[in-house]
Amino acid sequence: MAKPAVLTHPESLKRPAGPSEYAKDPVNASMSKAEKIALYTKMARIRHFEQRCIRIYQQGKIGGFLHLYVGQEAVAAGTISLLGKHDHIITGYRDHGHGLMVGMGMNECMAELTGRVTGCSQGKGGSMHYFAPDKNYWGGHGIVGGQAPLGTGLAYAVKYMGLKGSCLAYMGDGAVNQGAVHEAYNLAALWDLPMIFVIENNGYSMGTSQERSTAHPGCLAKRAEGYGMAWDVINGHDVYEVRAKTAIALKRAHEESKPTVLEIFTYRYFGHSMADPDKTYRDKEEIKEYREKKDPVLAFEQELLREKVLTPELSQEINDAAMAEADKAAVFADESPDPTVADITKHIYWEEDNRGPDTTSRGTIIFE
Amino acid sequence: MAEIIDMPKLSDTMSVGTLVKWNIKEGQTVAFGDILGEVETDKATMELSCTVPGTILKIYAPAGSQLPVGAPICAIGKKGEAAPEPAAAPAPKAPVTAVPAIPEKTDVSCIPAAPSSSGSVAPQSDASRAKASPYAKRMAEKAALNVAALAGTGPGGRVVGRDVAAAASAPAVAAPSGPLNVAVAPPADGKGIQPDADVPVGGMRQTIARRLLESKVTVPHFYLEVEVDAAPLMAMRESLNKRLAEAGTDAIKLSVNDFILKASAEALRRVPAVNASWAGTSIRTHGAVHLSFGVALEDGLVTPVIRDAHAKTLKDIAVEAKSLIGKARSKKLTPNEMSGSTFTVTNLGMYGVTGFFGIINVPNAAILSVGATIKKPVVDAQDRLVIGHRMVIGLSGDHRVVDGANGAQFLQALKQLLEEPALMLI
Amino acid sequence: MAVISYREALRAAMREELKRDDKVVLMGEEVAQFNGAYKVTEGLLKEFGPKRVVDTPISEAGFIGLGIGASMLGIRPVMELMFWSFSYVAFDQIVNNAGNIRYMSGGLINCPIVIRGPANGGTNVGATHSHTPEAILASHPGIKVVCPATPYDAKGLLKAAIRDNDPVYVMENTILYNDKGEVPDEDYIVPLGVADVKREGTDLTIVAHGRAVITSLKAAEILEKEHGVSVEVVDLRSIRPLDEETILASVRKTHRALLVEENKPFCGVDAQVAYLIQSKAFDELDAPIHRVSSIDAPQIYCKRMEDQQLPDVNRVVREALKVLA
Repeated sequence: MAKPAVLTHPESLKRPAGPSEYAKDPVNASMSKAEKIALYTKMARIRHFEQRCIRIYQQGKIGGFLHLYVGQEAVAAGTISLLGKHDHIITGYRDHGHGLMVGMGMNECMAELTGRVTGCSQGKGGSMHYFAPDKNYWGGHGIVGGQAPLGTGLAYAVKYMGLKGSCLAYMGDGAVNQGAVHEAYNLAALWDLPMIFVIENNGYSMGTSQERSTAHPGCLAKRAEGYGMAWDVINGHDVYEVRAKTAIALKRAHEESKPTVLEIFTYRYFGHSMADPDKTYRDKEEIKEYREKKDPVLAFEQELLREKVLTPELSQEINDAAMAEADKAAVFADESPDPTVADITKHIYWEEDNRGPDTTSRGTIIFE
Repeated sequence: MAEIIDMPKLSDTMSVGTLVKWNIKEGQTVAFGDILGEVETDKATMELSCTVPGTILKIYAPAGSQLPVGAPICAIGKKGEAAPEPAAAPAPKAPVTAVPAIPEKTDVSCIPAAPSSSGSVAPQSDASRAKASPYAKRMAEKAALNVAALAGTGPGGRVVGRDVAAAASAPAVAAPSGPLNVAVAPPADGKGIQPDADVPVGGMRQTIARRLLESKVTVPHFYLEVEVDAAPLMAMRESLNKRLAEAGTDAIKLSVNDFILKASAEALRRVPAVNASWAGTSIRTHGAVHLSFGVALEDGLVTPVIRDAHAKTLKDIAVEAKSLIGKARSKKLTPNEMSGSTFTVTNLGMYGVTGFFGIINVPNAAILSVGATIKKPVVDAQDRLVIGHRMVIGLSGDHRVVDGANGAQFLQALKQLLEEPALMLI
Repeated sequence: MAVISYREALRAAMREELKRDDKVVLMGEEVAQFNGAYKVTEGLLKEFGPKRVVDTPISEAGFIGLGIGASMLGIRPVMELMFWSFSYVAFDQIVNNAGNIRYMSGGLINCPIVIRGPANGGTNVGATHSHTPEAILASHPGIKVVCPATPYDAKGLLKAAIRDNDPVYVMENTILYNDKGEVPDEDYIVPLGVADVKREGTDLTIVAHGRAVITSLKAAEILEKEHGVSVEVVDLRSIRPLDEETILASVRKTHRALLVEENKPFCGVDAQVAYLIQSKAFDELDAPIHRVSSIDAPQIYCKRMEDQQLPDVNRVVREALKVLA
């Protein structure tokens, strides 16, 4: 099949970051100064948290996987900053940014990475499994694409209960070829679920670029047309654009209970995970270009400096504070205890963790 | 505050890295993401990227050095700050929860359940290896039965619950095991032949009681008797002992019993059917003759075993018997020396008992009981009344294994060998 | 007390729970308009409407994942698999998601789902439609598995499963759907983790689950009438949690155990039961534990052979006599 001549990318992606075309969009213009500073702070916190993780990983303290969000901050920040009481989110394993955005603490997040009992999953999940149900954050999932049907379930439940809400299910560009994702698309469209599928397209699924892995009609989101769903493409380096276009999808979900597929173009500076030396599939020059010309945190800083919402001193303060907070969290993680052997068999079954006079089940459920 | 940068763990399997080259110098300012240098790992050469912005205060690892993961390579801090002293290659941080040590494997040798006393009559077969179901073994233990001595009716001769139940409910076994219920009046004159007392029964006696009761009750005994002309035997004994004495003052002295042991082994060679054991659905014939003989001790009886008696000379048997008797008396017999016999010989001749029949030592098929040699009037081949030296020998046989005819043949062979000892040479 | 079929018992369970809790939703292929591929959900769409009884496309990974996601927010989906053989296309959702989310979140979330459907061979439908995956599923901590053999147990266990706040997978059997039995009219449950002595005896314990229970009861009749043997039949009912005590108490009574299952031999449910018995009742055993499983091959198509591939009455009787030897 011949590759399409024109790729469906937003215009804004083609040039280096500059003043955002979406600054005047009502959803952005209506933000107060404090809200804008708060948004920038959250992005900076994600950046510094992730960077602090690298050092811990290299010290050998994080086993297993570590998938960093550095470079993609605007996607989580832009989308999550719009969410209301009945909007839920679920994502794959590049989940630290989403967790911090909904308000999880750096301490518990850092401690989880090193498997401590003070971690957000009590040392039982690890980097890929951050959860915060009280903040409408349903994980943190390890199997590529497996979270998509779960997301439709969250949307289904919101609709079933007659609430005005939605579910944002994030996935990478590599996930769109998984069968489960197609099944989720079909169900969302068929049953008019208030879903927003957010494809965080950072150009690579592990070491395979999109061109080598995916047959597509110009962009990934356009596949939505096959299911009769609305779709859009977004420059993920511009947090204002992310907000403006996501707001449309949210409105569609809340008011019409119809799904949308959003493809947000973004970039990750580090390998797929820490174990990926990422030299086999891309050029250092490419990474350098993004860092210098399109970095979303830098771009938003520039934007807010232009708007006179930020000053260089305030920005420095915010970044220093974020770095310090991350350092403190690393110490907290280091000094926290591990779970015990007795903890291994807890939190498997709700009925076992909540045995009481009404518990009817008997017998052996944990075996030796 | 200055930060010490350690040799990073750049891959799962990396344990050492080589600092190939530095791209920076001491005193240089670096930002997050700057490439500080190159590290060669077991897998590839990777870039060392800066994770702490600041000034390079000190380089600890010169280019080309190979260091373990975690060893300090440089320090980054504020310009002008003093470089910290690096610790030696750090000891790995002890985990907050210690991994519980795997308990040392205690060497539990496969010792079968030993009899409760030392040097007692050991069970002839190792009960714990007998082919019996776990349930049967448990029942047998409770009923104080030797499960190895029981007939098994399960598949492959396995002793199962019903076999133990049958054995346990056999009427004679329901003997009182507690104190005697019948009242016996103490001596009227107050001076009895011994104290009226309850003498506690030790382990050896318990075991003897249990095993002999079991044998008497479960084995169908029959009895045969033969009278042997002991004169030729006595003559040979005297002559051999004289020869042995000439060899040295500490020479072995052959006893009558030694001859009987040797003759028994030879008689078994001629009538091997008696060298067998009942095995429930089969009769187990034994290729070797392992002879056991009774040794009276203060508190009871032990039956040490001479292994492979069929292959030993009279002298060997005599020497071994003497040694075993000595060990028995000093309670130094090992379980191996007390078990595994195929035939038993007991002798009460030294007490003047003229004849008797012993209780079979299960799982032997027979027991030989030897009486004293006495002078008595006998009728010789020419029908004359002469003085004879006669020894009465009894054979108790297990009628499941040994028929009257076999038993008789065995005794016939034994008599021949004892009356014509030279036959033992062929 | 009414005498109803296993199928009707399942339906009654769902009807009662749909009435009792408005968070309960039935989902599956053909469950609504078609009235159920095996008519188990017949009439429920009419009674409860399309919001409570939902037809799904042929999309197991999709709709089961959806059900699990919805359950995180408190919906209680009862999802029908037309055959448990179809669960494998949704294995990731069923095992990785439903089974692990609670644990990976450190106990913050639970997934109160039920997946139910026929898990049986013996229907002449070939290898890919005849699976009995109870052992595979029960080997995952985080999952619960039940196997009712009678109408009474079917209703009681399904109700208990729906009320349970963890994932419970119900293994039914199309061949049993028509079996009739007494079922109380009033509300009752059969608690998870409780086995049932379906027939008392003294000489031999047969442990079975699912249709193998029915086969074993027939074998027990024959063993009594023709061989004078008194057989006790223990119906596991619940695989995980497992009622170890009832199994052990029976073996302590009879001292001989025969395990019967429609699983294939390697690591079927009975492998776990055999380990349990030898480990905790070793000294009670008067014979080695024997087992009758399905013959070890993918399910054969030829019906006459498939009947012999499954544990049939004759094979159970023969094996029982071997244990009793």
